[in-house]
Amino acid sequence: MIEEPTPSSTRAAPRRFETAAPPHTRPISSVPRIMRRVLYALAPAAAVYTWFFGFGLLINFVIVALAAVATEAAILLLRRRPVARTLRDGSALVTAALLAFALPPLLPWWIPALGGFVAIALAKQLYGGLGKNLFNPAMVAYVLLLASFPVLMTQWLPPRMGDIDYRPLGFVDQVRYSLLAELPPERTVDAYTRATPLDMVKEGLRAQRPFQELRGHSMIGTFGGRGWEWVGNLIALGGLYLLYAGIIRWHIPVAVLGGLLLPALVLHLIDPSGYAGPAFHLFSGAALLGAFFIATDPVSAPTTDRGRLYYGAGIGLLTYAIRTWGGYPDGLAFAVLLMNAAVPLIDRYTQPRIYGHAKR
Amino acid sequence: MLELTPDRRLTGGIRLLAHKAQSTVEPILRGLVPPELVIGLHQHAGTSAVPIVEVGQRVAKGEPIAVPGPGISAGVHASSSGRVRAIEERLIPTGARLRNALCVVIDTDGEDLPYRDAAASAWPSDRAAQLDLVRRAGIAGLGGAVFPTATKLEGVAGRCRALIVNGAECEPYISCDDMLMREVPEEIVLGVIRMADLVGAPLAIIVIERDKPQAIEAIGRAARAAGDPRLRLAEVPTIYPAGGERQLIELLTGEEVPSGTYPNAIGYVCQNVGTAYALQRLASTGEPVTSRIVTVTGLGVAEPRNVDVPIGTPIGWLIEQCGGYRGDVARLIHGGTMMGYALPTDALPVTKATSCIVAATDEEIRVDFDEWACIRCGECGAVCPARLQPQELVVAAIARDFDDLDALGLDDCIECGCCDVVCPSHIVLTERFRSAKRALAQHVRRQALSSEAEARHKRRERRREAVVEDTRAAQEALKAQLRADEAERRRAIEAAVERAKRRKHGNVEP
Amino acid sequence: MLTAVTLLTGLSLALAAMLIAASWLLPDREDDAASRVERVLPRIQCAQCGYPGCRPYAEAIVAGRADINRCPPGGDATIRALAELLGRDPRPLDPSLGHASMDRVARIDETLCIGCNLCARACPVDAIVGIPQTMHTVLARYCTGCELCLPPCPVDCIELVARHA
Repeated sequence: MIEEPTPSSTRAAPRRFETAAPPHTRPISSVPRIMRRVLYALAPAAAVYTWFFGFGLLINFVIVALAAVATEAAILLLRRRPVARTLRDGSALVTAALLAFALPPLLPWWIPALGGFVAIALAKQLYGGLGKNLFNPAMVAYVLLLASFPVLMTQWLPPRMGDIDYRPLGFVDQVRYSLLAELPPERTVDAYTRATPLDMVKEGLRAQRPFQELRGHSMIGTFGGRGWEWVGNLIALGGLYLLYAGIIRWHIPVAVLGGLLLPALVLHLIDPSGYAGPAFHLFSGAALLGAFFIATDPVSAPTTDRGRLYYGAGIGLLTYAIRTWGGYPDGLAFAVLLMNAAVPLIDRYTQPRIYGHAKR
Repeated sequence: MLELTPDRRLTGGIRLLAHKAQSTVEPILRGLVPPELVIGLHQHAGTSAVPIVEVGQRVAKGEPIAVPGPGISAGVHASSSGRVRAIEERLIPTGARLRNALCVVIDTDGEDLPYRDAAASAWPSDRAAQLDLVRRAGIAGLGGAVFPTATKLEGVAGRCRALIVNGAECEPYISCDDMLMREVPEEIVLGVIRMADLVGAPLAIIVIERDKPQAIEAIGRAARAAGDPRLRLAEVPTIYPAGGERQLIELLTGEEVPSGTYPNAIGYVCQNVGTAYALQRLASTGEPVTSRIVTVTGLGVAEPRNVDVPIGTPIGWLIEQCGGYRGDVARLIHGGTMMGYALPTDALPVTKATSCIVAATDEEIRVDFDEWACIRCGECGAVCPARLQPQELVVAAIARDFDDLDALGLDDCIECGCCDVVCPSHIVLTERFRSAKRALAQHVRRQALSSEAEARHKRRERRREAVVEDTRAAQEALKAQLRADEAERRRAIEAAVERAKRRKHGNVEP
Repeated sequence: MLTAVTLLTGLSLALAAMLIAASWLLPDREDDAASRVERVLPRIQCAQCGYPGCRPYAEAIVAGRADINRCPPGGDATIRALAELLGRDPRPLDPSLGHASMDRVARIDETLCIGCNLCARACPVDAIVGIPQTMHTVLARYCTGCELCLPPCPVDCIELVARHA
């Protein structure tokens, strides 16, 4: 094992090196990569959504994204912060995508534009930019639009299904409506829009019609709304990809869905005709999108695993409560904002015990 | 022998690319004699050793050139034969940082003649004598912290619950312990047994990470052959920083070392496998620490491998023995890439702290130090083995908010660097914590000095007031006395005047 | 209408009562402003600010007679802490003042000391000991580095050295 020593050469001049503080290991992730992956994860759901409900989602996304990026750039310029580098973090695009998913597909252009502006200016940059905002920017914008323009914000389209009186609006028609508020001749908006399944079931239950009967409606599919359940599937698939890629942890989605489905199951078992079942709640409205993509926004969520369970459960329960007893058909946006406000408190009381310290 | 497979999971930690395969192909290269040795006298933690040689003196390999200083210290020896050219202050790498230390510079003669001690140091039977020999032989934690081994063993002797011998080697790039365990497992095991004897440990657990099957095999075989009932071999999961002593204790026992104390507070002592080997060499042949295994690796070195390097060997010369530099070396790292620090030059000498030298190129290290805003993803907290919240600590560290830093547990940070690696915003965390720790310690010292000064000043003020009060009282008393005297005199005068008047008017002098 | 007025009046009265009760029952934790300012200062009584001690300087700050950048041993950290406490903008240390630092301690050159005891009398924290006419020495542990012992020394035998040197 002992080897001959190499003959010592004449000493070379010492080499100098740049220094830097440890750790020297490269970071394994980056904010732009996370944001990019969230967008990738949303893409299949967006495709299915477009197939069922037309190009409205994509048109709205483009408008929200333009407004959001322009707003962010303008405010960064005003704040004298690096514009290009900050825009490259991709967070404005993720906000835009989430807001676009929350908006109804048929809207005049200025609504998504206003939404993009509000999300970035009011809910993000006024707090100090990425990472400083207390509330989820997309949800702030959505709630503000919903409260300000209740009629426009409830113009939903029926899914492309053979037995539904679906009147297709082509890409050009959608763009014309968005930019010029023009529809094909002889048509009104009412001819296209339909109540969402959540809305329909809520109204029906309020009118004392049993849930079993409502389920038979052509707008309702196997589990939730027809079309919607497919979007839901793809959202869940995207969410599982985020889990697999380590971008989100399981705590928030599981807690949100648990908080929503557990009371739904219990009440549905007690009174099957008075309360919608858990499957309907899961595949309707923003449940899956909220659980995997909205509530998991790290900035406005707690940082500890235990805190995330409380936070998610709170969102789920509040969503169920608002859906069942509140004034709006879906309550996820409100639930997220309410729980956002509770995050500092949750963070404070869920700090883990530091290694080597006694239990507090 | 019982094989331990702890089913406990480490708190936090991350899986990292090991980068160890490249340096474990070739066997350990031995027998190098560099033309020059720069042997630091303060390589270890504690106080500097005191030189006992003079410039011009000839020394042999293993000859003591410095004796342990006062308190915690360790001896230093010539690592090859030659002539002392100078004794001067130089920069040397130590456990956690570079340090200016007195160095003995030796021009070697290439003979590598061993030192013949008249009182050939046979392993004594008495524990105090054993510890003294360990101290003089310069044995100090060869895992990289270089804490004098005698002090550490002394601190737990008699109440040791387990000796934990660390062969985990979780830090990326470093493979010196792995190679040592593969090549000399018998001597390591014998060293472990001696150590267990020294501290009276009922259990001696050798811990190896699962990614070192050859080392596990070799040590297992040697331990079975030794047949000591105290020996245990524990395989632990390959996760950084499982090899930290606090983490090892958590993994093996589920216990935690109380904050602000060391493992000896709960009856454990952790020693590196290299240290066990050094102890065995000392006990069996009387050899002090004159060399250590160094992993020379990184994409920037032509022939990465492990080398048995004489202490004091210039790092640049060492790299030449491994085929020299290759490509663009962006950084020269002393230790691994997680906790090791960057060296400004390769003219620095190898010390007992030098477990690894990484000549790193751009593609294997972080070169971009731009940060994004924190998105509160919480990954830093999830990987923190101390269960801290780095994202909150860093805010307090930048603001120098000492109350917050203390409440958030800054001093419990083990500086492992996991948080930096997982941060998607690339925020510099550990380095800020290191500097905040220094600032917090200074703040605490100043607060103590301030409180002490305030109390002493108040006492002094009270004393001076008392003096003033005393003086005033004395003056008052004097004045009163004077007034009384004055009144007395006046009365006497008045009486005399009265008498005179009476004499004048009545002449009835009694 | 009447209900609303009654409700709000009642509510405000109840809350006022709670506040008054709290001010009576709860201990008064906040002491006077000068004490709070003083606690932020190093309290080593070096007098480099131009006031005879930390308390007088604190009182001067509170009274608005002194700026917050007059404490050399406290340095930037103290200025920042004062700025935060008082809600003012931090500003750099007044360069016309001394440069006392808590990182240094006084040391008496014992070969030169004539035992005049003037330094011991000047020391605000009794960190210099010595019998008149004999050699004096500094208790480094208690010395705050305030430099007040320097001017009285007739033979200039005191210097400041790094703490823990």
